[in-house]
Amino acid sequence: MANQIPLVEYLELGDQPHLKAHECTSCGARYFDRRNACAGCSGTEFTPVVVPDEGVVKAFSIVTFAAPGVPVPFVSAIIDCGGTSVRGNVINCEPSPEVVHLGMPVRLATYVLGTDDNGVEAIGFGYEPAN
Amino acid sequence: MSDDIWILGITMTKFGKHPDKDTVDLAAEAAMGALRDGGVTMKDMGLLAAGCLMQSNAGIGQQLQKQIGQTGIPVYNVANACATGATALRTAIMAVKSGEVDMGLAVGVEKLAGAGLLGGGGTPKSDKKEWSPSGRYGAVTNTDGRIGAASMPAVFAQVGMEYGHKYGGTSFELFAKIAEKNHAHSTLNPLAAYTKRMTLEEIMNDVMIAYPNTRSMCSANCDGAAAAVVVSDAKLKTLSLEQQRRAIKVKASVLTSDPYEEGCQVLPNVNTLTKNAARIAYEKAGVGPEDLDLVELHDCFATAELVHYDNLGLCEEGGAADFFLSGATWRDGKTPVNVSGGLESKGHPIAATGIANIWEVCHHLRGEAGDRQIEGAKVGLAHVIGLGSACGVHILEKSGL
Repeated sequence: MANQIPLVEYLELGDQPHLKAHECTSCGARYFDRRNACAGCSGTEFTPVVVPDEGVVKAFSIVTFAAPGVPVPFVSAIIDCGGTSVRGNVINCEPSPEVVHLGMPVRLATYVLGTDDNGVEAIGFGYEPAN
Repeated sequence: MSDDIWILGITMTKFGKHPDKDTVDLAAEAAMGALRDGGVTMKDMGLLAAGCLMQSNAGIGQQLQKQIGQTGIPVYNVANACATGATALRTAIMAVKSGEVDMGLAVGVEKLAGAGLLGGGGTPKSDKKEWSPSGRYGAVTNTDGRIGAASMPAVFAQVGMEYGHKYGGTSFELFAKIAEKNHAHSTLNPLAAYTKRMTLEEIMNDVMIAYPNTRSMCSANCDGAAAAVVVSDAKLKTLSLEQQRRAIKVKASVLTSDPYEEGCQVLPNVNTLTKNAARIAYEKAGVGPEDLDLVELHDCFATAELVHYDNLGLCEEGGAADFFLSGATWRDGKTPVNVSGGLESKGHPIAATGIANIWEVCHHLRGEAGDRQIEGAKVGLAHVIGLGSACGVHILEKSGL
């Protein structure tokens, strides 16, 4: 396998790629970014948790007009992964309102985003139809 | 003596393209207009609060003073996303309420014509292509378009869709009908950037920006400014009867930010902070949503207007789609919403918006709104929200004189 790096640190690669979050040990709030403290309770202790790979689309937009350098169209979505909200693209299906719908079951999928001058592959993630 | 605060003078410039005017020209036009409307001068002002979001480090307040009056008063330059204008006004209101000054001037201005898409994009990486994690998410490249969208039309599309997922009843056509209403309303507003009525078909067939928002369902980037003079109750009583008669009482002035909730750092939650602001405002004002004769709310996108019907308590929880379809928010309905044309048609010069919407309400409460006058209007509400987030709600009442 080529040398790989995830698009973001909260994507954990390996045999079964998955998303991980920082969970506040005091109130259970989950975050994907580096934290100073918890926005919910100001607690400062976090534990790593694995986010479920499957979820349902609870909001989406089919983006046909974006900033320069952002390839369109793409489907931006918010996925409810067992109670944890995740932002990601809906991938591996046609970006049309006839195909993508609210409540659609999806699961995590990864893809190669590109290779840098050192031969390292960046791995991105999205959510593909689960049925 | 009461601690009521009043709007003594208020105005907005024509929204649209002003290629021959810079931000200070527009701010000066609005500020001098508000002073003239209130029958006062810069010498009467105890403070100036000013905002220009796109030039938020440029000291727009002092630049404005250099043109219209350097009286040595304190200047508060504010920036609070799309709530910048409301924040400037609230700053002036707080200063007057504190008793430190008896009159203050608030100004919001923006040059935004042709600005294009807001939000999203990012800075390109260095010439040598090497994946290198940076930032709080350790991202190796820009994530806009790869991990969802960062652009405003897409973010607010998802806000409306999330409402539909939770409560049902939404569709592309429903959202487009909201834009149809606001474009129809703007035909009566000579200060709106766009005053052309659009059919539902034209709106739905317009260029798709971020489904379900087409171009005419997005707020119009344009130039404009608005300004307001606020005055204490005690000071107002010393002014002329005509000034007292035209003064509009600020029944509530509220600013909130978004409290933490699950998912709010994944998709901004524009709902809870609006609900909180509305609840506090209704309590302070001693009125309810049923008492409102008109509402100007933050329809930055058609998908956003829908959720704010619910957030402002204009309808039952989850009932925004039915409420809209009943015709309630058209200008002849139970609760006219955005009779100015809203951000979708009147336009959205960001920092001006949070004062211009208050001007619209005041205009009706004073009975000066001409062809688009909501007859007998006594109480109105103005709402703005800026992502990040900040929400301003003001409830206004006509003078009893």
